[in-house]
Amino acid sequence: MSIFSSLSSTMGILQKEIHSELRTRYALNALLMFVVTTLSVILFAVGSESVSREVLSGILWIIIFFSAMSGLSRTFVTEEERGTVMTLHLIARPLTIYFGKFLYNFFLLSALNVFTLILYLLLIPGFSIGNYSVFITAIILGTFGLASASTIIAAIVAKASTKGTLYPVLAFPILLPLLLTLINATKLAVEGVVFSEALGEFQVLISYGIAITAISYLLFDYIWKE
Amino acid sequence: MSVSITADGIEKKYNRRKIFSNINFALRENDSLAITGRNGSGKSTLLKIISGALSPTEGEISLTIENKNVAASDRFTLVGFVAPYLQLYDEFTALENLRLLRRIRGIRTSDETILALLRRVNLFDRRNDFVRTYSSGMKQRLKYAFALLHEPPVLLLDEPASNLDDEGIATVRQIIEEQKKKGILIIATNEQHDAELCQQTIDLNKQIGRGENR
Repeated sequence: MSIFSSLSSTMGILQKEIHSELRTRYALNALLMFVVTTLSVILFAVGSESVSREVLSGILWIIIFFSAMSGLSRTFVTEEERGTVMTLHLIARPLTIYFGKFLYNFFLLSALNVFTLILYLLLIPGFSIGNYSVFITAIILGTFGLASASTIIAAIVAKASTKGTLYPVLAFPILLPLLLTLINATKLAVEGVVFSEALGEFQVLISYGIAITAISYLLFDYIWKE
Repeated sequence: MSVSITADGIEKKYNRRKIFSNINFALRENDSLAITGRNGSGKSTLLKIISGALSPTEGEISLTIENKNVAASDRFTLVGFVAPYLQLYDEFTALENLRLLRRIRGIRTSDETILALLRRVNLFDRRNDFVRTYSSGMKQRLKYAFALLHEPPVLLLDEPASNLDDEGIATVRQIIEEQKKKGILIIATNEQHDAELCQQTIDLNKQIGRGENR
């Protein structure tokens, strides 16, 4: 199978996921409701108190992390629940399926992040960005790492009998280094440091994304075939 | 197109439970094999292993086309599969399902071929209805259209007549006879009359484990 046909097949999986999501709203509604609910709770909890920008940077990534957990874990679970796993086995190679699902998670998470950030900037008093180039770079690299890790964890969890419990248990230790680095990078963006001062954080984020994608590439075939 | 499948000492275990062991057979073009056995004997598992969707615990399946071995991960390009546990996407119409699966599989079948297949399985008039509105028999017919979309040299059927009415069964018999003339056919079944359509049988109850000619 040529690279071109593998790419076309990957885009086919992505197209299926997007069409399916637009029809069923499995993940979209869960993600959006989680963001709106969490932001409302934070607004009520904070009230008129002043919260430091460092703490607000951490809260932002907590919202994104838990929203991602509630929505992205469904990627493979819905296929298991609907009995379409065998169909996927019969139409594409395992890696094509992984990269198709990864791209879908990446785009879904990107859309979620845009929505969350707009609401966060509008609704949370005292949160403002000092350097947008640092902030946007951190968001893009964070989305890449989060989507990559969530996809492989979702594939592992889908095969287990205790799906609901296993996802956060597996996701927390795997995503912790990513989250800590992202919170640091967001703090730097909020403080308005120059781009070069955040390079250390970006190197960690790039390395994390590449390492998780490479591990997923090596493991997925084994996970997919049980 | 010359095609062959060889099973050499296939064994499957789930945890420590052995489902079957020492399964051996060799099939060439125009050969057909029935896999029989009671519920839980591993008929569906063996079909999944042949299709490349599952890995055996021991042994090896080798599928060759024009004397070239095909990797397990690429076996889906040569295999058509119909089974009660195989589900298509309920949120799409029959036509959307087949077009989408054609795109992902990377095959160049025309829309006319898809429509001809839907006519053949008597779903043409319902082609734009969502699959979730279909009866179980109609879903089974759609699975045949999906399995035949890429004109596979190997056709694997698990309980082929499941949920079908007389007209559907007649269409399936016709598909079986055509497949026997142009490729390899493997049926997993509990029905004696389905098994009799094949030249060879493997009985998983007796753990004969060898393709025995009738």
